[in-house]
Amino acid sequence: MSVLFWLPLAVVLSSLVPGLAIFLLREDQIVTRTTLNLLGALTKLALIAAMVLGVYQGQVYETRFPLMPGFDLVLHASALPMLFVVLSAVLWLITTIYAIGYLERSPGRSRFFGFFSVCVSATTGIALSGNLFTFVLFYELLTLATYPLVVHRGTREALRAGKIYLAYTLTGGTALMVAVVWMHTVVGPFDFTEGGALSAHYEEHRQALMVLFWVMVASLGVKAALVPLHGWLPVAMVAPAPVSALLHAVAVVKAGAYGIVRLVYDVYGITFVRDLGLGTGLAFWASITILYASMRALSQDKIKRMLAYSTVSQVAYIILGVGLGGPLASVGGIVHLVHQGVMKITLFFCAGNLAETLGIHRISQTRGVARRMPWTMAAFTIAALGMIGVPPLAGFISKWTLGTGAMASGSPWALAVLAVSSALNAAYFLPVVFRAYFQEPLRPWPREGDAGRLETHLSLLVPPVITAILVIVMGLAASSPASPLSWVELIVTRIYPGPETGVGGL
Amino acid sequence: MNSLPLVSAAIWVPLLGALVVSLWPRRYAARCGMGGAIVSAAVGLGLVVMVALSGPRRERLGGWGAPAGIELWVDGFSALMIAMTAVVGVVVSMYALAYFRVDEGQDDAERREVERRREAYFWRIWLLVWAAINGVFASADLFNLYVTLEVVGLGAVALVALAGGRALPAAMRYLFVTLSGSLLYLLGVVLIYSEGGTLALFQAGESLMAGTLAQAALVVMVVGLALKTALFPLHFWLPPAHADAPAPVSALLSALVIKVTFYILVRLWVVVFPAAVSQPVGEVLMILGLIAVIWGSWRALRQRRLKMLVAYSTVAQVGYLFLVFGLAPRVDGSAGWQAGAYFAISHACAKGAMFLAAGAIARAVGHDQMEEMRGVGAQLARSFFAFGLGGISLMGLPPSGGYVSKWLFITSAAASGDVIVVIAVALGGLLAAAYVFRVLALAFERAPREGAPQLRPIPSTLEWAALVLGAVAVALGLAAGAPLALLEEGLPFGQSLAEGVTP
Repeated sequence: MSVLFWLPLAVVLSSLVPGLAIFLLREDQIVTRTTLNLLGALTKLALIAAMVLGVYQGQVYETRFPLMPGFDLVLHASALPMLFVVLSAVLWLITTIYAIGYLERSPGRSRFFGFFSVCVSATTGIALSGNLFTFVLFYELLTLATYPLVVHRGTREALRAGKIYLAYTLTGGTALMVAVVWMHTVVGPFDFTEGGALSAHYEEHRQALMVLFWVMVASLGVKAALVPLHGWLPVAMVAPAPVSALLHAVAVVKAGAYGIVRLVYDVYGITFVRDLGLGTGLAFWASITILYASMRALSQDKIKRMLAYSTVSQVAYIILGVGLGGPLASVGGIVHLVHQGVMKITLFFCAGNLAETLGIHRISQTRGVARRMPWTMAAFTIAALGMIGVPPLAGFISKWTLGTGAMASGSPWALAVLAVSSALNAAYFLPVVFRAYFQEPLRPWPREGDAGRLETHLSLLVPPVITAILVIVMGLAASSPASPLSWVELIVTRIYPGPETGVGGL
Repeated sequence: MNSLPLVSAAIWVPLLGALVVSLWPRRYAARCGMGGAIVSAAVGLGLVVMVALSGPRRERLGGWGAPAGIELWVDGFSALMIAMTAVVGVVVSMYALAYFRVDEGQDDAERREVERRREAYFWRIWLLVWAAINGVFASADLFNLYVTLEVVGLGAVALVALAGGRALPAAMRYLFVTLSGSLLYLLGVVLIYSEGGTLALFQAGESLMAGTLAQAALVVMVVGLALKTALFPLHFWLPPAHADAPAPVSALLSALVIKVTFYILVRLWVVVFPAAVSQPVGEVLMILGLIAVIWGSWRALRQRRLKMLVAYSTVAQVGYLFLVFGLAPRVDGSAGWQAGAYFAISHACAKGAMFLAAGAIARAVGHDQMEEMRGVGAQLARSFFAFGLGGISLMGLPPSGGYVSKWLFITSAAASGDVIVVIAVALGGLLAAAYVFRVLALAFERAPREGAPQLRPIPSTLEWAALVLGAVAVALGLAAGAPLALLEEGLPFGQSLAEGVTP
């Protein structure tokens, strides 16, 4: 048992331990709490950086110990898990900085940051899970850790949102657990395997495995907010802005989407999924979600509610790419996991800034706001354009790859879905941008906070600016070897073995 | 080491403690009692370690063996139950130390005297009950089981009555229930004896033939023990008795006392009654268990008093225990029984934590009406956290003991194709989430600006004890390997058990 054995576990613990310590702090121990938060986030990043280098060179890190007879807790760091881990760790650091500024004077901060850290630990655990048993464990833990964040404000509305959130996610989690146990009784315990653990060896259980696939997709689809299982997400927008950012970009919705990605690639295997004809159904379900949620986003006036529907729609791109099958579409879907995260977190940061600084919660109130908050609105605009798919931003890269992937896998209809959805994206994002820049300000703002010389607090302003720059960089430098796109190509070459892989020629 | 009479010590050490507490002056009762509890727990855990290291242990009291003398027998299943008693027992004792502490500063001398008497009675009876609980888990003959069972029951009634007031009618009802339950059990013992002429647990099983007599014996014993375990629809006595007792007593009753009768039922199933007789009854028990899960949870959701909610949750959780009688005989190996045993110990820690937390909250608020607890979460964060930790286990969410047992339950049910059981276990978890989060939401609700409840200061021991038990409930999910391995010691659910014990 070397140090390498414990590395994946250390990555999980690097946020759990500070989280548990934070619970014990008094409200006024601000410096200690902030130090613990940042120390945890930076430790995690350092550990991950070491692992990324190793994984790139073909090293495999694995922590494994038995939890129950026949069931091992397995944390396994290969290319796909690392993608999600890096995303969550980087965005965790940025969100923590943002949350420190956002919650500066509100009560219950120790509880908030404690659960916040537990939440990130659960996400890391989900990312690194080496088998379904471990996955379910962290998946349920994530539900538990996010509930206190959703109800943090303690208002009737927040508690109601928490109730709805639990009703959806606990039902989904229970169904997932039952399905996983059932699968274990059918095929026995197994680990996630690149290329598929089940594959064609289980022809005789075809029927059962098909049913189990849809049960699992539906259970994961609750967190991934596939229509009609998305009902909790727009309601949960009453949570504080950093929580929404976490829910939409880093942890919850992503955990669901990531679960489906692993189910298709590492449990069933892409060839088995194709043989059983499951991929088309998945792509179809994703398409309905994309179109329906975009339509709903169009009619919203509350900014966060509009963003919530936009998440429902955008996360389904990931599922679409997975369902279409073929290396290129896979690249497009998986890379969107990262791109959507960075873009959406920017949008939520900006929405939070508008609400905190000027009391703006509705699109109709954003007239002329760009003059008062130029940096915030610049970041918002970049992320919004990215979402629409304007080149050379991150969103363009995902959509382009998805589109060419759809053609390559012989599903040109998906192009139409992408086109219509991009038009709808433009239709609900551009009015906000237009209002902010080209209409006369509606003074006085509903509530004007005291922010000193800057347009808002520094720790609220820096995070969206950084993530907006990332949106540009990830687009411009997509072909560099350090970009998410290149990393995803690495993943996909490992998922699709043999000559079928032709993803290098983008 | 192997010659240490640890098995009998697990019984006479708490008994001796009870005796010392009774003989010593009353003002030392708490100190003596706590000392007795610590030593008892140490002896119990020592015994468990011995079983884990060197296999099942047998002891003949006074050198007489079965069938004439009293024989004690501890295998993995007994050991796990003794470990549960030791852990829950010592934590609840810590809690009780603070809970019953007499306020020496108050002027009312008469009231002080009442409190002091109550404290002394608690320690005497509780240590006596502890001895009897260990006695049940170590007994290898049917009559000895009856005697120890009777002591547990009567002691439990006395503990409930300690609260006085509205607990007295509840205690009275409980007294009738527990007496009739053990009498029915005794009737079954007589019937078995009349056929085989032996009371030794394992020999009785060999001599009992499937037939009308065995059926009759089984039915009366099952009714008696199910009554004492509060299986639906025989649960009517439990909610008031558990809810109106003093908080540490509620915890002991829900965590340990109802597990005693469950334990005896499992023993009867595995070693005494032939499968032909027990299987149909097991199916009935399973169906009643399923109803109990749904009905108890539903009633828990409807409660206005916090301790009533926790008590009705026990009615629901008892339902899970009874699922194993239908489930376990159907699947190969011991997975089904393991699910039940693991559920029993994790429920003990979880429910213990919840009752202790509820007691601490009720003491701080002054009553346990949930409607008036809004916004007290920030001041009682540790108690609500402990309640939540226990709740996680009840919901069967990871990482907790409840998760492991739920996993084992669903595995067994799926292996035997029992879709209804799978659905009920899953649904029961969701219902538990509904009533547990109803309580937690109170803690998260923002305190009203005026009219916020004025809290009394409470000793921090109350909160910490609850938190420790909650933490154990969670730890049972992270370290399930060792307890499950212990459960295999001496193959309590296997064929070779009977062979291992007959000399």
